[in-house]
Amino acid sequence: MPMRSDSYRRHLLLATIAAVLLVLSPYAAGLARSAPGTGFEEGMTLLLEEDFGRKAAGVDMLAESSDPRAESILETMLAGELFYLKENRTLVQARPEGDGFAARAILGDADLGTVAKRKLKKIAINNSLRGQLESALARLRLSNADAGVRAEAVNKMLATVTPESRAQWAGYLQSETDPAVQAALRAALALTVLRDGSAGPAERRAAVAQLAGHLHPTVRNELARLLAGEPEAPIRKAAQRALEGIDARLAWLDFFETFFFGLSLGSVLVLAAIGLAITFGVIGVINMAHGELIMLGAYTAFVLQQLLPDAIGTALVLSIPTAFVVAGLVGMAIERTIIRFLYGRPLETLLATFGVSLILQQAVRSIFSPLNRSVATPAWMSGAIQLNAVLSLTTNRVVILLFSLLVFAGLALLLKKSSIGLQVRAVAQNRAMARAMGVRAARVDALTFGLGSGIAGIAGVALSQLTNVGPNLGQAYIVDSFMVVVFGGVGNLWGTLLGGLTLGVTNKFLEPWTGAVMAKILVLVFIVLFIQKRPQGLFPQKGRAAAG
Amino acid sequence: MKLRQRHFVALLVLLAGSIASGSALAADTIKVGVLHSLSGTMAISETTLKDTMLMLVEEQNKKGGLLGKKLEAVVVDPASNWPLFAEKARELIEKQKVTAVFGCWTSVSRKSVLPVFEELNSLLFYPVQYEGEESSKNVFYTGAAPNQQAIPAVDYLMGLGVKRWVLAGTDYVYPRTTNKILEAYLKSKGVAAGDIMINYTPFGHSDWQSIVSEIKKFGAAGKKTAVVSTINGDANVPFYKELGNQGVTADVIPVVAFSVGEEELSGIDTKPLVGHLAAWNYFMSVDNETNETFIETWHKFIKNEKRVTNDPMEAHYIGFNMWVKAVEKAGTTDATAVQEAIIGIAVPNLSGGYSAMMPNHHITKPVLIGEIQADGQFQTVWQTKGLVVGDEWSDYLDGSKDLISDWRAPLACGNFNVKTGKCSAKK
Repeated sequence: MPMRSDSYRRHLLLATIAAVLLVLSPYAAGLARSAPGTGFEEGMTLLLEEDFGRKAAGVDMLAESSDPRAESILETMLAGELFYLKENRTLVQARPEGDGFAARAILGDADLGTVAKRKLKKIAINNSLRGQLESALARLRLSNADAGVRAEAVNKMLATVTPESRAQWAGYLQSETDPAVQAALRAALALTVLRDGSAGPAERRAAVAQLAGHLHPTVRNELARLLAGEPEAPIRKAAQRALEGIDARLAWLDFFETFFFGLSLGSVLVLAAIGLAITFGVIGVINMAHGELIMLGAYTAFVLQQLLPDAIGTALVLSIPTAFVVAGLVGMAIERTIIRFLYGRPLETLLATFGVSLILQQAVRSIFSPLNRSVATPAWMSGAIQLNAVLSLTTNRVVILLFSLLVFAGLALLLKKSSIGLQVRAVAQNRAMARAMGVRAARVDALTFGLGSGIAGIAGVALSQLTNVGPNLGQAYIVDSFMVVVFGGVGNLWGTLLGGLTLGVTNKFLEPWTGAVMAKILVLVFIVLFIQKRPQGLFPQKGRAAAG
Repeated sequence: MKLRQRHFVALLVLLAGSIASGSALAADTIKVGVLHSLSGTMAISETTLKDTMLMLVEEQNKKGGLLGKKLEAVVVDPASNWPLFAEKARELIEKQKVTAVFGCWTSVSRKSVLPVFEELNSLLFYPVQYEGEESSKNVFYTGAAPNQQAIPAVDYLMGLGVKRWVLAGTDYVYPRTTNKILEAYLKSKGVAAGDIMINYTPFGHSDWQSIVSEIKKFGAAGKKTAVVSTINGDANVPFYKELGNQGVTADVIPVVAFSVGEEELSGIDTKPLVGHLAAWNYFMSVDNETNETFIETWHKFIKNEKRVTNDPMEAHYIGFNMWVKAVEKAGTTDATAVQEAIIGIAVPNLSGGYSAMMPNHHITKPVLIGEIQADGQFQTVWQTKGLVVGDEWSDYLDGSKDLISDWRAPLACGNFNVKTGKCSAKK
């Protein structure tokens, strides 16, 4: 049964060769600074080979050729945009455009226009080649004009620096002027010393001092390794102190990161629940179809992206008001046709809206198919903001956190400052009195329900960036939404905000200890106990409304 | 007024139900049951398999049917509701008198219908990769057992020099059993307990920030790390999105998944995922004529050129053709006769070879490992040279390593203990 086939052994062999090349290449690069063009042509032809080992050799030749064109070629290859024309085997850069590819020759930079797919063959890459390309590019980028790129390149190479490359690193350090890159280069130099078995105690001690406070994981691993095998007690002590310093900072960063994760989860909960806080909190309707209104918002984002395939970012921004209108109208239709006949009968409302939720789900299944739909993430929402070597905040989460606060602030202002907000609050506080004062309660009910539903639609747009857009999207959030509203205190927007954030942060701090499954259970148990103690939630309503 | 409305709705529901089950009665057809969820959470995966079955039946009818009769597919909807699976299975066998059933996706649904099939002695073809540790006289497992998917994938990664392992899964029976087998296997290969991290998440988990960050930290210890993912269904999309955003790329920490196929990828933007791996017995990108014909037929049947094919579809293709051949060989659709006839039958699979039904009711398959491409397809990077026989009782678990299954007479036992020489099922 074990698969010791020939192809397996061949792959193993190739992987070994690639690894050896990888280790040796910085050394080779240091020595082989010969005339430009050496190996460039040969490397280019090797890239066309089917065999991954030959391609790997080609990549190395290009990287070492010190040819100025090498960097962009390797970048193109890593991005999966490197092709060759089947007729004359010339390398081209090609991006999908319509039915074919927009191609441009790599050498000579001639624009070839749109080329049919069958005329091109892709230069396929696999994982080990991808890793090799990354490190080759890092090497080439050491002399990039942008200091940020240089620092990143050095950090990327830290894991693989070898004692032999010491002189090379020293050379880079001498000509470097940017302080951040200098710090990274010093760490690299220190690592060459620690990895060198022949380095003397004084050198080792200086290297340890150099590395203190450096957060890169490689540095921590190297110090830990040193601590285990170092014969000199003072150096051991210095390494120990450096490690403790790093660990203390890591613990803080860890705490901060978990806190951010919690806020981010909390902001999603708030977004999902805030619409419900209005429909459930203000007019007291248990709307089980709330999740499906979120789902409609997410599908609106999908449809708009389908309509504007070339501007997915704009489509996403446009889908915020569109989703508000779509979900709001559906919500108002539900209120006018079903819920208004059931006011004051919570059990029937619950059942009826549950039915509506099933109908909406199956409708979406019939219209869009039961498969998940892909909503693309615009470039300004992908990736992460790198704060230091270990801490980064993912951009989409930061955007959604800010967005959710913005939605909350907007809603709070609307209820507080506008005349419709005043009417909504009046009806919520005392329906009979409000009617006596001339407020058209039925109209306010419809508008309030529409507002809550519209906000659910907006939440759907945000969720389309985090999770699946599919018929089941709503179900995943309905329980959490009710949990947040009940915990925060029914009828209180601030309660929803604080409740959502508290639950998010609690969940994330529990998760590393207990695992995701247990954390969720513990949060539920906590809420059950809390509601036992304070049935009105965090912020109970006061005065006459509470009595009613 | 309201009462009448309610009656009207009830009537509509009844009507819709009777149309859906399509109970056209015709005496001269052979009925085939299709038991896949068309609504509820599992509809996302199972609807495609229902369509695949309808296509296979249609194709067979074009070739003249079976034993001179037309085939008729009877479709029911168990609605992702596990007890309903058992009810619907009973309805198919007792009321509709189907000769064989193709269906189920989750292991719970299979466990739920198993007693029904054994009691009424009917046949179930189960097309999804599963955790093993089961062998029934009435079930044919055309998906992969752990040794046809999980273990070769781990072998492949070990060959690439992976030393630290994250076993991440959804919290239910398939990932738990598979991870138990993998943990035992890794330890038998000398991996220390400290180099294995096991993590379970609830169904539909959507907030992966902490877990991905934990994986990142686990992988920063200086040894090559890989993630073996048995994360199921919908939870994969946010997981992969988070991986992409936190910069966990395939060349640093590759993720090999057992539940992510072409269909799951069609719902995600795959650019940040390029290079992550999946282990299956079939990829849509496999280049051979049988597969090309299959894809063409599928596109024509479903009337959509963009639809993808995937591994469980291939399993139904193999299972259905095996059943057809077995019925032809036996000359009857009688369940016992087909059970005897089907063992040893070999039919073409879509990855360019033949698959055969083994005496343990599992089939032989090649194992393929593919890297995700930017277009949502897989590029095969490794493949077993020959076929791998499905191993129902894992060799790496204490409770099952002495058990074998052989449904041929005279043994006819699903869990024969080779040490004690006893069949534990026959008490």
